[in-house]
Order: sequence, then C-alpha cells, then structure tokens
Amino acid sequence: MTEIFWTLGIIVLQSVALLTALLIIVAYLIYADRKVWAAVQLRRGPNVVGPWGLLQSFADLLKFVLKEVIIPDGANKGVFMIAPLVTSILALSAWAVVPVNHGWAVADINVGILFIFAISSLEVYGVIMGGWASNSKYPFLGALRSAAQMVSYEVSIGFVIITVLLCAGSLNLTEIVMSQQTGIGTSLGLPGSFLDWYWLPLLPMFGIFFISALAETNRPPFDLPEAESELVAGFMVEYSSTPYLLFMLGEYVAITLMCAMMTILFLGGWLPPFDIAPFNWVPGVVWFLTKLLAVFFMFAMVKAFVPRYRYDQLMRLGWKVFLPFSLFWVALTAGVLVAFGWAP
Amino acid sequence: MAFAAAFFYLFSAVAVAAAVMVIVSRNPVHSVLFLILTFFNGAGLFVLLGAEFLAMILVVVYVGAVAVLFLFVVMMLDIDFTELRQGLLSYAPIGGTIGLILLVELALVFSGWAISSEAMETVAAPVEAAVGATNTEAIGRVLYTDYIYYFQMAGLVLLVAMVGAIVLTLRHKPGVKRQNIAAQVARTPATAVEIKKIKPGQGI
Repeated sequence: MTEIFWTLGIIVLQSVALLTALLIIVAYLIYADRKVWAAVQLRRGPNVVGPWGLLQSFADLLKFVLKEVIIPDGANKGVFMIAPLVTSILALSAWAVVPVNHGWAVADINVGILFIFAISSLEVYGVIMGGWASNSKYPFLGALRSAAQMVSYEVSIGFVIITVLLCAGSLNLTEIVMSQQTGIGTSLGLPGSFLDWYWLPLLPMFGIFFISALAETNRPPFDLPEAESELVAGFMVEYSSTPYLLFMLGEYVAITLMCAMMTILFLGGWLPPFDIAPFNWVPGVVWFLTKLLAVFFMFAMVKAFVPRYRYDQLMRLGWKVFLPFSLFWVALTAGVLVAFGWAP
Repeated sequence: MAFAAAFFYLFSAVAVAAAVMVIVSRNPVHSVLFLILTFFNGAGLFVLLGAEFLAMILVVVYVGAVAVLFLFVVMMLDIDFTELRQGLLSYAPIGGTIGLILLVELALVFSGWAISSEAMETVAAPVEAAVGATNTEAIGRVLYTDYIYYFQMAGLVLLVAMVGAIVLTLRHKPGVKRQNIAAQVARTPATAVEIKKIKPGQGI
C-alpha cells in the first residue's frame, strides 16, 4: 500500500513541476508573442513593467484575477463557468504525455499521440459551451464558426499524424522521436543529423500540419471565431476577469502543445541537430525547448504579417485543398514504404 | 488492484448517473453535455480494461466528432419547453406500454442466460499477454487479416451512405456568385485593366 502512495506522490510532484515550468514558459511566450508582433510593426511592445517589460504577463495575471467576475443575467450559469475550465484543464492535461527528453514524460503511454489528438479535438467544447452559455448573438456566432473550423482542420491533422505513424511504426511519442535517429541523413553519410528528422521526407506534410495547427488553435490568420471586426471578440465577448484569463491560458497552452507536437513529429524532439561533440553535450530538454521556441516564433511571425482569411476561403482550404492532398500523401507514403520494404 | 477497483466504481457510477441525466435534464444542450460525460467515463472503463486504443478512439470519434455535430444541431433548435410538455399526458400510455414490453423481454432474456464457466477466465486475461503486442497492433492484425472483407464492406457501406447524403442535400442554386481562385490568380494587368485616354472637358 505504501508503494502505491510513493508512486502517486512522485506522479503528483512530476505534474506540479511540469505545470509550473509550463505556466512560466507560457507567461513568457505571451510576452514574446507581443514583442515579435510589435517589432514587425515597428513598435516597442510591452516595456514598462519590470526590465524590458519582462514582468508584463504577471502584471496582466494580477489584473485579471483582481477584477470582478461579471456573469450575464441571461447566461446559463453552470455551463458559462465550466467552459473556461474545460478549455484550460484539457490543454494542460495533454502535456502529461509529452516527452521533453528521453524518458521525461509524466505518463509515457502506448497511445500518446492518440491521447494528444483526442485532447486537441476536445478543445472545441470550451469554445462551444462558452459561446452558447453566454446567451448572446456574437458569442454564439463565434462558437459556431469555431466548431466548424476545428472539426474541419482536425481531419487533415489526423492524416498528417497517420503519415508520421506509418514512418515511425509506433503510437508512442518517445518511439516516434527515437525512430528519427536514422533516415535520409544517415543514407547521405551524416548519421544522427537534422537531415534524419521527418521534416525532410515529409516536407509537404510539415507545411500542412503547421497551417492546420494555426487553424486548430484559432491563431491568426484563422482567428475567425474572434474576428474583432465582425464578431467583437467572438465567444469571449461576455467573459471577464479570471474566466477570460482561463480561456487565454488554455489557448496559449494549446499553442505550445501544437509547437511541441511539431517538434516531436517532425523536428526530432530532444535529439541534437548533429550527433557530435559540442552538440550532444547539451541536455535534450534544451534542444526540445529551442525547437519549440523556433516553431512558436513562426506562429508569432505568421500572426504579425498574414492578413485574416475570409470564412469561405478557410473552409475551402481545409476541405478542398488540405484534405485531398493529405489523403493522397498518406497513400503515397504507405505505397513507398511497402514498395521499398522500408516499413518498420 | 484496490486502486483499479476504486476507479472502476468511480467511472461506472459517474457514467450511469450521467446517462440518467441525459434523459432527465430538461435542456437538450445539457443532455448532450451529459452524454459527453458518459462517453468519457466509458473511455475510462476501457483504459481500466487495458484497451487504451479503443478508449482513445472512443474519445476522438464520439466525443470529438459525433457529439460536436449533435451539439451543433441541438444548440440551434428553438424549443418551447411548455409546448414540449403539453403532449406528455397523451403520449404517456403508449410510451409506458412500449417500455413495459421491453422490460419484460429483457427479463425473459436475462432469466434464460447462463454465463459459461470458461468466460470468467478469458475476461481476466488482458490482450497483451495473449498476443504479445500492444493492443493497437493486436486490433490491426485482426482487422486487416481475418476480417478484411467485413472491414472493406463496412467501408463501402459508409461510402455509399456518404455519397447518398451528399446527393440528397447538394443543390446548385442559380445566380450565386462563386469565387474561382485559380481565375483570380491567373489575372494579369492586360486582362484586368483597360487604359483610356480622356480629353479634358469631354468625359468618357
């Protein structure tokens, strides 16, 4: 019996450590996002709170928490309060299976990639529930848009994941990363290099996954659920103070999760770019974070310089371009793997 | 083991309670949300059985896709609750009779039902020990070798259903302007701009 409590205690400690690190990283990612956006627009961005504005996110946190929670009269109160919780808890829980280094995952489960896929497909509920429970027109329209958008882009994300799984031969995230130790780079005479990772053989899928991840997390240019020129703030119109904070937190944690997914599936996770002396001295978690931040930088740049899509264009891109293309690529990958006997 | 048992009772109790709430709750949106909770607990029970692949697929397919569509439809319904309850008395006898018949049938089936003594042994054995593979691989092997024809047939049935649904709902409205992106991209200044020289004081 004491053994069970020991394992439980260790799991709790691991989770707390992971969540603390994650929340601090998210706080600085929000800051980085605003700074990148500002730099592209030749502004300074947040620069008042703390040196170079480094404490801006924490000041925002305090502001959100200390303000009054306003619940609209006509709102469905239970669902209204559960919605932001659903968003943030789901986004945080997916991180339980993400390996940030070899063996550094709270739960290294067999179907890790499916777990993340399931969680990211559930994130639409926070949005729908929030939009419906607000009992107001703009949030409702925002929620409907978001539901259609997320369901559409999940399909192509699913196909991209299937392509990677075909190459890796496992649904376990650690094994997916380890399978990227050999590949094109090895056959070119650079074993253990960044050319081995899946981004090179699956380059079109990498692009599709990146764009679909933008749509799935409601990032610009696909932030139609909260298109401020049409829908005020989409499903979040009626939210204030801490519930609003939870929505924002869930959104940014989902974005970091998508960055981590791209790191694991295509950029070799914690593997160093060259498996030689100065590079493989660096701990894997540093490489993981570096890659994650690089992907996030692309997310931030896209936000800064791509104009927002129109809704019908968004749907066309998802169903008429990405879906057929990713389906074709799944068939092609499977065919090539079987034809050359490369299937694991 | 005690842990697994505790979680089994937790998941099944919540699943049953949520299933009851699906029927009892007055607001259809709440019903769908309780249905989602039921699916979740079902997935939890699958995990306890060691069938993690089925658990995740249950969540992805039913909660992530099917229930979203349910919610989509139900949210847009404009239901008048007083009107809904007016027909209750007139429908109650028929509904009650059907329910009673079903209950009697179930009782008849259950009374003649004996569990074989071998069944209990197979229930306790997890899939991994029997096959020596993760249950994703085990399902894949069975589905794509022994049952490949049934699998293909199921796929065909779904394809026919999908084509049928599209044929039934597709309408080409005349007079609707559609965006042709290829044509837009292929436009050049020569096809899009016409240069006219206008003399002052004359107009076009």
